[in-house]
Amino acid sequence: MIRNIIAIAMKEIRSYFGSPMAYVIGAFFVGLTGFFFIDALSVPFPVASVRGFLDRAVVLIMPIWAPIITMRLLAEEQKLGTLELLMTAPVRDSEIVLGKFIASLVIFLGTLSFTIWFVLLLFVFGDPDIMPLLSAYVGFIMYGVAALSVGLLASSLSPNQIVAAVVGFGILVILTISQEAARQVDGVAAVILEELAINSHLEDFLRGVLSTRDFGYYLAIAAVFLFLTIRSLESRRWR
Amino acid sequence: MTVMIEADNLTKHYGNFIGIENINFSVEEGEILGLLGPNGAGKTTCMRILTGFMPPSSGTARISGYDITTESLKARQRIGYLPETVPLYTDMTVSEYLTYMGTLRGMPTANLKERLPEVIETCGLQEYQKSFIANLSKGYRQRVGIGQAILHDPDVLILDEPTIGIDPIQVVETRQLIRSLGGKHTLVLSSHILPEVSMVCDRVIIIHEGQVVAVDTPANLSSHLQRSQRVSATINGPSNEVMPALREIQGVQDVHRDSDNPLAYLIEARLDGDIRESIAQAIVQKGWGLLELQSVEMSLEEIFLELTTTDRESQ
Repeated sequence: MIRNIIAIAMKEIRSYFGSPMAYVIGAFFVGLTGFFFIDALSVPFPVASVRGFLDRAVVLIMPIWAPIITMRLLAEEQKLGTLELLMTAPVRDSEIVLGKFIASLVIFLGTLSFTIWFVLLLFVFGDPDIMPLLSAYVGFIMYGVAALSVGLLASSLSPNQIVAAVVGFGILVILTISQEAARQVDGVAAVILEELAINSHLEDFLRGVLSTRDFGYYLAIAAVFLFLTIRSLESRRWR
Repeated sequence: MTVMIEADNLTKHYGNFIGIENINFSVEEGEILGLLGPNGAGKTTCMRILTGFMPPSSGTARISGYDITTESLKARQRIGYLPETVPLYTDMTVSEYLTYMGTLRGMPTANLKERLPEVIETCGLQEYQKSFIANLSKGYRQRVGIGQAILHDPDVLILDEPTIGIDPIQVVETRQLIRSLGGKHTLVLSSHILPEVSMVCDRVIIIHEGQVVAVDTPANLSSHLQRSQRVSATINGPSNEVMPALREIQGVQDVHRDSDNPLAYLIEARLDGDIRESIAQAIVQKGWGLLELQSVEMSLEEIFLELTTTDRESQ
């Protein structure tokens, strides 16, 4: 039922923005992306695009930031014992997971919206191409969808938030370095590793190319990890 | 009377460890059933199965006729549950928390708005509606926990150790609250405090090592299991003469002195006939003063001890 999903999502969003952590992390994010933004434009022939900072934000910020957003969501329910309450309420496990996921997505988009300031600066002082700019943001958001679902699975695995964050970070790092690993092998293995890499699918988005293959990749990662999260919750019933 | 809860051969194994084995019982509408047993007897396991938190290894149970495994959502809709460790979101206020739980229980918003003040009043939380749960004392947290369980006016209420860890005055209030919930709701509560169960419950199931050892009303349990009748007597007379005189009475099996009161005696006698009459007669004949004569009921503690030890002996 949609109502349960919304109720769970609203509760999480409220409690996230009600804690000081939200603002500390938000400030870090804006500070870091701001630095990347300035750095990318401080070259002899700067290009008016968001590619420079989003590119680095993905590699350097997302693998840590996404698990930090999601670490609390299911780990704390386990620690407080409230998971028992949620699971005995007439709410489906899938509704719990979707509600939490939507909450993390809203938190992610809310924080990301601060970077619109950089885009405004580009329009004031330069003449950016609007389509590659949009596609870069779409790509970044798609990356977020996938990374948050990875983080949510990690959060379902442990009552300890730190463990959840580290596990999420670990999975995202593996998905990131699989691109490097692809260079060490050849043949089918190389293709699989390259396709599996979470950043390789972002390159086209940042260049202004939207391809169904890249959309498909991120949506598939999100679907698989959300499904695993639901299974992980269900498995608690069988222990 | 309709049967609200039906447990049919419930069994739960955790690996090789047996949580509960072949538990059968049924609870009628409006009844208060107590699950009694020491820690680790399987009370919580039993309740977690009934509430749909975990499935049984075998056997099944029905809540208002809905099977807990195949019609889990419908069964869960009819249950209010207070787990042993009261699950609260400490960063929410009392009314925020209750509203959230009500919404998840599928209550329509209008209904919820109407019901919220009622529940806050029933649980005595009027002054704390806007307080953050993090700042509440344990007793008040317990009340918030009971509040979320009764909020949606469920047919069946399942309370796991509802009075554990709160101070004595709050324990009395909580018991009164629970007692007042019976009749309207069908109630199952667990406890390892025996007087509590005999005070609050209509019927008691005693669980030990995952198995049902006895099912009866608290009063019947103490009368059925009593193997001898016991009488306490306070007698004003020379104790070295009183003891043998009491022992001589027909039917008396044993006499003990009370360590606190030099004039008090505890007399155990066979069950046939009331021994009090013979005791009174004997004392009056000797010319001593009979200050007090009272039959002593076997306490649930002793019954419990008896049941569980005889159970072990027969194994």
